[in-house]
Amino acid sequence: MPILHVESLRKAYGSLNAVDGISFAVQPGECFGLLGPNGAGKTTTIRMLYGYTPRDSGRLELFGLDIDRHLREIKRRTGICQQEDSLDPDLSVRDNLIGYARYFSIPRREAQQSADQLLEFFALQGRAKDKIMTLSGGLKRRLMLARALVNQPEFLILDEPTTGLDPQSRQLLWQKLAELKGRGLTILLTTHYMEEAERLCDRLVIVDHGRILVEGQPRALVREHVGHTVLEIADPDAAVRDFLSSKSCRVEDLDRRLLVYLDDGDELFLQLTREVRAEGCTLRPASLEDLFLKLTGRELRE
Amino acid sequence: MKWPDPSQISARALRVWQRNFSIYKQNWKISFVPPLLEPLLYILAFGVGLAVMVGEISYGGEQLSYTRFIAPALVSVAIMYNAFFETTYNSFVRMYYQKTFDALLATPLNIEEVILGEMLWAATKSMIAATLMSVVVSLCGFFEFPGALLVIPLAALGGLLFAGLGMICTALVPGIETFNLPIFLGITPMFLFSGTFFPLQNLPGWAQQLAQLLPLTHLVKLVRGCSLQLWSGDLWLSLLYLLVGVLLLLPLAIALMVRRIVV
Repeated sequence: MPILHVESLRKAYGSLNAVDGISFAVQPGECFGLLGPNGAGKTTTIRMLYGYTPRDSGRLELFGLDIDRHLREIKRRTGICQQEDSLDPDLSVRDNLIGYARYFSIPRREAQQSADQLLEFFALQGRAKDKIMTLSGGLKRRLMLARALVNQPEFLILDEPTTGLDPQSRQLLWQKLAELKGRGLTILLTTHYMEEAERLCDRLVIVDHGRILVEGQPRALVREHVGHTVLEIADPDAAVRDFLSSKSCRVEDLDRRLLVYLDDGDELFLQLTREVRAEGCTLRPASLEDLFLKLTGRELRE
Repeated sequence: MKWPDPSQISARALRVWQRNFSIYKQNWKISFVPPLLEPLLYILAFGVGLAVMVGEISYGGEQLSYTRFIAPALVSVAIMYNAFFETTYNSFVRMYYQKTFDALLATPLNIEEVILGEMLWAATKSMIAATLMSVVVSLCGFFEFPGALLVIPLAALGGLLFAGLGMICTALVPGIETFNLPIFLGITPMFLFSGTFFPLQNLPGWAQQLAQLLPLTHLVKLVRGCSLQLWSGDLWLSLLYLLVGVLLLLPLAIALMVRRIVV
């Protein structure tokens, strides 16, 4: 039985279909990614999962329980880390965790214990007594994540957990999330950082305009839709263009840069660099970012 | 807009109350200063400075010194202010700037309980302030016992009513600056024209009738009647007004807040 089952989920704001018929399932113990550009409908989807935003139609089941009839039970067993910091500025770091445990009716002693464990896990014990105002963005995120775990959830929902963090904080958070996953926690994650998704997600969907474009394992999706390798050519001249047009390969023309998607082998690359031009030509493995841009387009959002 | 479903509300609302109370406790020394000091300032200003010019006031068949006349009104105004400012500015900050409600809604609490808990807390603040002020006023010898003990439940009732009014404003204002409007058009006129600083009989007839619509008029009447032990039958009508007001405004406030937050 999946931890989360989403079927034909829909939500419209006026004439905008924010979520336009999304279906997916998250299996126990897996980390599932919800990827998409800004405004794709990720946060709206997440918010419907814990009853914050009412859905227009579709079915939602968590732990096999229908959300309409068992919302409290579902929320008791779920940890939710929202995109925006909602820490309590009037409380200290430790009291943020203990205070939050109260909403789950966790006994005080138990709450104190789990708060101390979480502070240690997220390397926050040195800041336990500090006010929220004095924390950096990275520390706040770690505390948000710690807070989402205070009720010992079976399912963790993370809405863009590392947006706006420096590389160090991001690495630490990834490491902690990997550890949690290793302990068997089921995770649903939204992100628009491809590296994050590649590192953490067992399976993912890419959504845009409220619809799912693809679903699968990140590596397999890249191989299927992009290929194995990408040849990048900076400042292509006529000779390069002529050479490529004589070959049967998929080329994306970005004017000052050409991207050539290759299935396997490096003959084309070798031939190009030997016979036409070596300068500015790079061969690299195809990435999730290539897939993402291919599916959602390169034009700027928002 | 949908009228709130009572089955959506449980004792979990008290968790929200508890959150606000624990933060209040951190700063109780500062929070206690205004209710303790304010009546003394007013009594000094009005009792010493103004009372000599006003003389005695005839109220409920008795002659009252001016200071004695306004002392219950000061407590009533504090009940109004404490609840109204809590569910306007403070609740708005928690909802909009601190995202406290968002955090709460990711727990087993639901929106109806969050809003109810906020209003219960606001009424509690009114009770704390009214109690502290009553102690000061009693020590100055202006209140009669045991009647003045009824000020505490009246503060709870009046606090709930003004908490409901405040929360309705919070549900409707586009931004925090807009609170100036209900304060200027509602709270300030009530402060002045609810039989607080002069008897309503001094107003022209139409204004007297208008004043009967104001909730503070009835709260002042009740607090004055009880704390000075000037009993009369029409206190029951004022009590009825407040009770009906609370029963209408609290569900309305919850319904409007649900409409604002749940989209």
